[in-house]
Amino acid sequence: MTSAAPVKAPANTLESGRRAGPLYFLTLVHAIVDSELRKLRHDPVELLTRAVQPVLWLLIFGQVLAQIRGLSVPGVPYLDFLAPGILAQSVLFAAIFYGIATIWERDLGILHRYLVSPAPRSALVIGKAASAGIRGLSQAAVIYVVSLALGVSIDLHPLSIAGVVVFVFLGSALFATFSLVIACIVKTRERFMGFGQVITMPLFFASNAIYPLSVMPEWLRVLSTLNPLSYEVDGLRTLMIAGDVSAFGLPLDFAVLFVVTAGLIALATRMYPRMVQ
Amino acid sequence: MPETAEDLPAAVQTFDLTKTFGSLAAVDRALLTLYPGEIFGLIGPNGAGKSTLIKMLTTLTPPTSGRATVAGFDVLTESAEVRRRIGYVPQQLSADRALTGYESLLLSARLYNIPRRERAERIDRALTVMGLTEAAGRQAGNYSGGMIRRLEIAQSMLHRPSVLFLDEPTVGLDPVARRSVWEHVRRLRQDTQTTMLITTHYMEEADELCDRIAVMHRGRIERIGTATELKALVGPDATLDDVFAHLTGAGMQEQEGSYSDIRRTRESARKHA
Repeated sequence: MTSAAPVKAPANTLESGRRAGPLYFLTLVHAIVDSELRKLRHDPVELLTRAVQPVLWLLIFGQVLAQIRGLSVPGVPYLDFLAPGILAQSVLFAAIFYGIATIWERDLGILHRYLVSPAPRSALVIGKAASAGIRGLSQAAVIYVVSLALGVSIDLHPLSIAGVVVFVFLGSALFATFSLVIACIVKTRERFMGFGQVITMPLFFASNAIYPLSVMPEWLRVLSTLNPLSYEVDGLRTLMIAGDVSAFGLPLDFAVLFVVTAGLIALATRMYPRMVQ
Repeated sequence: MPETAEDLPAAVQTFDLTKTFGSLAAVDRALLTLYPGEIFGLIGPNGAGKSTLIKMLTTLTPPTSGRATVAGFDVLTESAEVRRRIGYVPQQLSADRALTGYESLLLSARLYNIPRRERAERIDRALTVMGLTEAAGRQAGNYSGGMIRRLEIAQSMLHRPSVLFLDEPTVGLDPVARRSVWEHVRRLRQDTQTTMLITTHYMEEADELCDRIAVMHRGRIERIGTATELKALVGPDATLDDVFAHLTGAGMQEQEGSYSDIRRTRESARKHA
């Protein structure tokens, strides 16, 4: 076999992709979000089925538990207290299985094609997180409609709604990226399903989603304050319900969610390429 | 292949390229040179190491030892440069079924940072070349296996790579679809002079398409040559199948390969049968 010396072909004659810049990064995030939105537009059934569960929680669970005193915080009807918790729950449930889509993409070879492209891995991960964020917003819309119909005193001030949008987006991104990290570790659909079931309920119950911190035993209260979902719930509750007061303070809620999301994105960026090795 | 090709810089070159998983050497000291513009075939049974070799060359997995250059850049230390210059069609039928053909191409154009003003023209051209213009507005879930393959090739060529990797491009396709993929691959080479590395376990495919062929078995490259040269090894009336059996001893014995590979292949095959 003749050995030919490798000579670097100059990039300008090759017509390959241009060099990376901040604009390229944004193009990539947009490209991924845009693709996900197009898929939803082609098949919106998923959005409808995802709306069923939170509606049931509000209609059945909420109506029954509203009869019990002491489950809410003073001065707030239970249904008002519950609505933001159910929004946070639906954000969590929708996002936590996001990783399974990545396992599918790996099995189908779609992920391979993302990873052989010159796109920075961080842009791919952020694109996925942002897609989950936008899906989460569709859940929020459904829960707002149902809550208003049930007479929950929702704060409709534009700034409050903008704040809810931020928290829903951030919370979805957080749990979707967490899910992506799990997917990178377990690697198969079967194991992921098992893990998803195991992790979701503890996250949900060890939070302030359906009962306040004040009624919890001490150990559960400690767990809850370590659970990012509690900060998601607290932020949503403060912004969504007229007259509700934050337990942690909005800046802390936002900071916790933001820092955890950023950390998870950094971790997922490192682990993502391992999916195909 | 023009005789001068050997004087040009290599499109792909590997030096003792090795990948081990535990004690198993999936690829064992591979030594390969691909000349610019050639179609190079890699044949071998399941588990021979073909896909692992491609994964190293496409920067998806790092080599354990040895090195490789693609388009003149090192796959380990200059992986970003390599990625900008290669196209890759994975073994599975990988087009996103929920997107239309046009949308898949748009996504690829954005992934490869093709300037906005050129996108429409390049996408149109790719659709025409691959015979998909009419189907561009339909979701790929409604495509036949052959159409999906052609869409994937279109996606992987949009940025005009200098080396294209095709991992078992016709696995699970019916004979008509297989022929159409071959035709399009040949035409593509004619139009663009792109170097192509194709893995396959169909001897017929290697015979039809490839300028040179390497036979791979248990991680090792057993022999490299043109189809004629390889056939001459065995006897006057030999087919590539005979060569294959001769070099790998795989004629009778059960072929090895990881269960998940086989399952995946069958899944893609079944979905588009």
